[in-house]
Amino acid sequence: MADNSIAISSKGHESYIDHKGKHSGLLGWIFSTDHKRIAILYLVAISSWFLIAVLLGFLIRLELLTPGETIVGAQTYNAFFTLHGIIMVFLFVIPAIPAIFGNFFLPIMLGAKDVAFPRLNLFSWYLYIIGGIFVIIAIFLPGGAPDSGWTFYIPYSIRTSTNMIFTLSAAFILGFSSIVTGLNFIVTIHRMRAPGMSWFRMPLFPWALYATGWIQVLVTPIIGITLLLIIVERVFRVGLFDPSLGGDPVLYQHLFWIYSHPAVYIMAVPAMGVITEIITVYSHKTIFGYKAIAFSSLAIALFGSLVWGHHMFSAGMSDTANFIFSLLTFLVAIPSAIKVFNWTATLYKGSIDLEPPMLYGLAFIFLFTIGGLTGIMLGTLSLDIHLTDTTFVVGHFHYVIFGTTGFAFIGGLYHWFPKMFGRTYNKKLAKISFWILLVGFNILYFPMFVMGWLGMPRRSYDYLPEYQSYHVISTIGSWILILALIIIVYTFIKALRSGERTHEMNYCGGETLEWKVETPPTHENFDEIPVITGGPYDYKQNELESEVE
Amino acid sequence: MIAQATNFAQNVDNTFIIIVGICVFFLVLITTLLITFAIKYNKKRNPKAVNIHGNIKLEIIWTIIPTLIVLYIFWLGWSDYIELATPPKDAMVINATASMWQWKFTYSNGKQADTLYVPVNENIKIKLNSTDVSHSFYIPAFRIKRDAMPNTNNSTWFNAEKLGSYTLFCAEYCGLNHSKMYTEVKVVTKDKFNNWLNSE
Repeated sequence: MADNSIAISSKGHESYIDHKGKHSGLLGWIFSTDHKRIAILYLVAISSWFLIAVLLGFLIRLELLTPGETIVGAQTYNAFFTLHGIIMVFLFVIPAIPAIFGNFFLPIMLGAKDVAFPRLNLFSWYLYIIGGIFVIIAIFLPGGAPDSGWTFYIPYSIRTSTNMIFTLSAAFILGFSSIVTGLNFIVTIHRMRAPGMSWFRMPLFPWALYATGWIQVLVTPIIGITLLLIIVERVFRVGLFDPSLGGDPVLYQHLFWIYSHPAVYIMAVPAMGVITEIITVYSHKTIFGYKAIAFSSLAIALFGSLVWGHHMFSAGMSDTANFIFSLLTFLVAIPSAIKVFNWTATLYKGSIDLEPPMLYGLAFIFLFTIGGLTGIMLGTLSLDIHLTDTTFVVGHFHYVIFGTTGFAFIGGLYHWFPKMFGRTYNKKLAKISFWILLVGFNILYFPMFVMGWLGMPRRSYDYLPEYQSYHVISTIGSWILILALIIIVYTFIKALRSGERTHEMNYCGGETLEWKVETPPTHENFDEIPVITGGPYDYKQNELESEVE
Repeated sequence: MIAQATNFAQNVDNTFIIIVGICVFFLVLITTLLITFAIKYNKKRNPKAVNIHGNIKLEIIWTIIPTLIVLYIFWLGWSDYIELATPPKDAMVINATASMWQWKFTYSNGKQADTLYVPVNENIKIKLNSTDVSHSFYIPAFRIKRDAMPNTNNSTWFNAEKLGSYTLFCAEYCGLNHSKMYTEVKVVTKDKFNNWLNSE
């Protein structure tokens, strides 16, 4: 967190960091209902969990360096990948972009002083923290860390003696945190837009958050109920999903994926929103196909909610169900492709500034394309039968999730960091670490496609010697990737502690409203609520032309 | 390379090659455009951006072409799959029982084994069952996989065309020794198989 010395903005306004509310010091943060302070609270908590999950990922890869035991036993390994999944999914990827950048910038981009329900907003952060505490309890309570995989597949999750109840409760509570944030954003977008900001004058990041908000509100309750039902089944032995009690495990898989597939879009759509902003800002021109991008977010949210069955092609659904789910899965590819084409077209005849955020933007498109295309392979019924439950799937979702949400998170942080903290970071280090990250990423995850095609099952502690060369390459990739992450973390911490102070409002030539407010923003963002008279990226041209003239 | 021991595996691989071809084409296209634009329209070379709000014709083209391509790919996958989903009626039935963490195969005459012996060039239907949690019957060389769960009637089938021995994995995570839950499929001549089946 930034230090507390006075940072008076250029106009003599007090920034949200220095604002004196009812409480001071730490209490002034953890009891603050200011959307910006809540965003920072989330940033601290989410980044900490991210680093823990990265450490687990590092240990997983290290264990897989050689067949048999390398550093830990099978039980520990199984707990590693379970916790890596749970922490990454529920504590990092799902909340990261909405809860940090959404909280900080959504009200500003809409021309509002805060979100619609500021107290609920703070409440959602507390839910997040409580959920995190439950995960910690589940790890350290006697009984052992959970080992069911983050998917909690029944019957295994009913039978394992590890601390499942705390783990399931954690996911349940974190789900509510997500619902509250989503609901808050939907209402904020409906009710709090500045005068003159019609729907199609809204920037595309809010559009992405809007689509995401609906997924969060509509599908998260389903996982909530399902996780409660597992607890009921474990504690009271009621037969719901466990066949030995007369239940149906496939029913569980349906209920789980009805949430968890759309959850992929809860992760990816806000990231696409961030990237859309970055690409237009650093191309210094309007976005290509504004409406196509806005509607494709909604189309992804809609179709994405109807394709969960593609996780279960080998589980024993009817052929009709497989037919429909496969077909719908291909339909999701279309709005995703439309986005990629529009982003690429935005670059055409731009004036491209390869600043660190833009490098992440371009890498995002490249990695998302690989993730999307391998997704097409997995949506193909006959290929999925061969590839499902192999490391091919692991490679695919790391390209999609790390390649999009992860890259958008880091890129977005570079993009908005000076705005959020009034400090600049070392761009040279940011660029060097970007290239190391990109190389490490591909060395780490690409061999998983090859291994998976060759039949290497996922979630395997041990493996046959014929797969070792791929595992070794992948593990070396993980070291490179982690080296890059260490440099990135160092860059940000150094910037926070001793980065040069800046009050430049618009340091990157952006045109949305966050570039019209102070750096860092004041407590209420705007002295006067702005009146919007044009599209979010329209007026850029006039300014550019007037500069040239 | 991975063995290709069934006709079905051949079909799957052909589909795979077509799709990989399409994917590589699009990846190269997008990547080339990204790099070209990033260089050609760099700030230094092109200080003034031209605002282009969109192009309806392009939007239509890049909606329709991907739609046709994905429908075609869908169809490729479905036509392979439906073959796998309909086992021939004359297939020889073998029961496979999965339990933590081993496979057991039971033949029509009651013989049991933990290695899957099958005759070459014969339709084999595997009926899957589990005594505890979910497992998955996976033979990469045959490109087939099907989950084995308690109280469900999943099955799969294959016709192995090449003699040899192939790995059979459990592909669904099933606890502590999940990664040790693999065995072999031995594809042998019909005579050898019958001798084995009728031996003690």
